[in-house]
Amino acid sequence: MYSFDYHRPDSLDSARSLFAQAEDPMYLSGGMTLIPSMKQRLAAPSDLIDLSGLAELQGVERLDGDGKIRIGALTCHNDVANSALVLEQLPVLAQVAGAIGDNQVRNRGTLGGSIANSDPAADWPAALVGLQATIHTQDRQIAVEDFFRDLFETALAAEDIVVAVDFAIPRRATYQKFRHPASGYAVVGVLIAEHDNGIRVGVTGAGPCAFRACALEDALNNSFTEEALDAVDVPDVGFNSDIHASAEYRSHLVKVLSKRAVAQLRSES
Amino acid sequence: MNVAITVNGQVQNVEVAANTLLVNVLREQLGLTGTHVGCDTSQCGACTVHLDGRAVKSCSVLAVQAQGAQVVTIEGIGSTDDLHPMQAAFQDCHGLQCGFCTPGMIMQAIDLVTDAQSQSKPLDSDAIRHGLEGNICRCTGYQNIVAAVAKGAAELSSKAKGA
Repeated sequence: MYSFDYHRPDSLDSARSLFAQAEDPMYLSGGMTLIPSMKQRLAAPSDLIDLSGLAELQGVERLDGDGKIRIGALTCHNDVANSALVLEQLPVLAQVAGAIGDNQVRNRGTLGGSIANSDPAADWPAALVGLQATIHTQDRQIAVEDFFRDLFETALAAEDIVVAVDFAIPRRATYQKFRHPASGYAVVGVLIAEHDNGIRVGVTGAGPCAFRACALEDALNNSFTEEALDAVDVPDVGFNSDIHASAEYRSHLVKVLSKRAVAQLRSES
Repeated sequence: MNVAITVNGQVQNVEVAANTLLVNVLREQLGLTGTHVGCDTSQCGACTVHLDGRAVKSCSVLAVQAQGAQVVTIEGIGSTDDLHPMQAAFQDCHGLQCGFCTPGMIMQAIDLVTDAQSQSKPLDSDAIRHGLEGNICRCTGYQNIVAAVAKGAAELSSKAKGA
C-alpha cells in the first residue's frame, strides 16, 4: 500500500473542507473494498478521510411522514440485518444485508460505502432499485433512477458524502441471489417488491450497474405468477461476461431468480 | 502517527505509519503472533480479532482506524492453563489439524455465539456454517469445526445461564 495522510474529522463540514484541501483524497467508510484495493495499489489516494467519527451518519429510523425507513450511510450491514425495526417493518433489508460477504465483512462494511462504490455485483443496489430509494448527500437528494450510472459510477461528485438512504416500505418483497461461492458477491441478484403503485424488480450483478427490469415488472403487474415471466425476453445486450458467468447465463439467471422470488412471495401470501 | 489501542485490556501506545495494518501492529509491534496472516486479501479469516466486541479481519483494518478502540486477540481470551470454553471445545472435538486457521475460527465463533445470544437466535449447524463463511480451513473439511463451535456455544450458553 502506498503512503497517504490519514484524517478522522468529527463533522461533515470538516470532512468536506479536508477533501477540498487535499490533492487526491478519498473518503473511507468501512474500508472493506477500499483497503484491499489500496493494498493491491488499485487505489492510491494522497489523503484518506475516515468518516467513522460522524455519529450522525449512523442508525436506522422510521420516518413519520411518508412511512419510509431511513438508514444512515455509516450503518454496517450487520446492524441493518439485526435491527429490530428493520426485522419488523422491512425484513427484506435484513435479508439483503445478511447475504453480503461474510460476517466479518458485515461487521465493517457500510451501506453508504457499498452504494458509493457501485460494484456491479454488490447486493445493496438491487434493494435500492426495488425499494424506490432516495439517496441523501450532505446537500441534495437523488432518486435511485438517477443514482447508479455505470460500472463503479454513480451520480455522486467526488466530494459528495452519502448521508442516508430512505427506503419505501412495500406490501411484500423478497431478495433472491445466486451467490458466488468464493467471494459471496451476487453473480445475479433480484429483488422483487410489490408497492401500492405496482411491482418493482431491481437487478444487480447482471449489468454494469443495478437496474430496473421494466419488462419483468410489466408482466408481473399483469399477472403475478411465474408463468407470466416465461413470455418475457431478457436481452443480454451489455450484460457482464467474465470467468464466472457469460452474459447469456446471467440473463438466464435474471429470469430464474425472478421466478424464485415470485414463487417465494406467492407461497407466503 | 501515535495511536492508542487497548489490546487485551492493556492500553498500548504505538507509533505507526498511516498505511500500517492492524494485524501488523499486533504481530510485529506487540508480539501477539497468535493472530495469523493467511491470504492478506480479506478472504481467509485467519487474522480475525475482536474490534470493539465484533469480529473483523485485521488485515483489512488500518491501525489508525483502531485509535481509541478495544481489540481482543486469541491471546486475550484464555491461556494454556485456563482455556476459553471455545478453545476447549476445539481441542475436545479435534476441530483443527494444522491449526493455522484456528485462532481466527475461534475468534469468529465467539462473535457468532455472542451475537446469537444477544439476538436470541438459534445456533444450529446451518447458522454455524453461514457464520463461518469468512473463515477458510484447508485441512479439515469443517465437520469437526462445526461440532466444536456447537459444543463451545452450548458451554458458553450454560455458563451465561449459570451466571
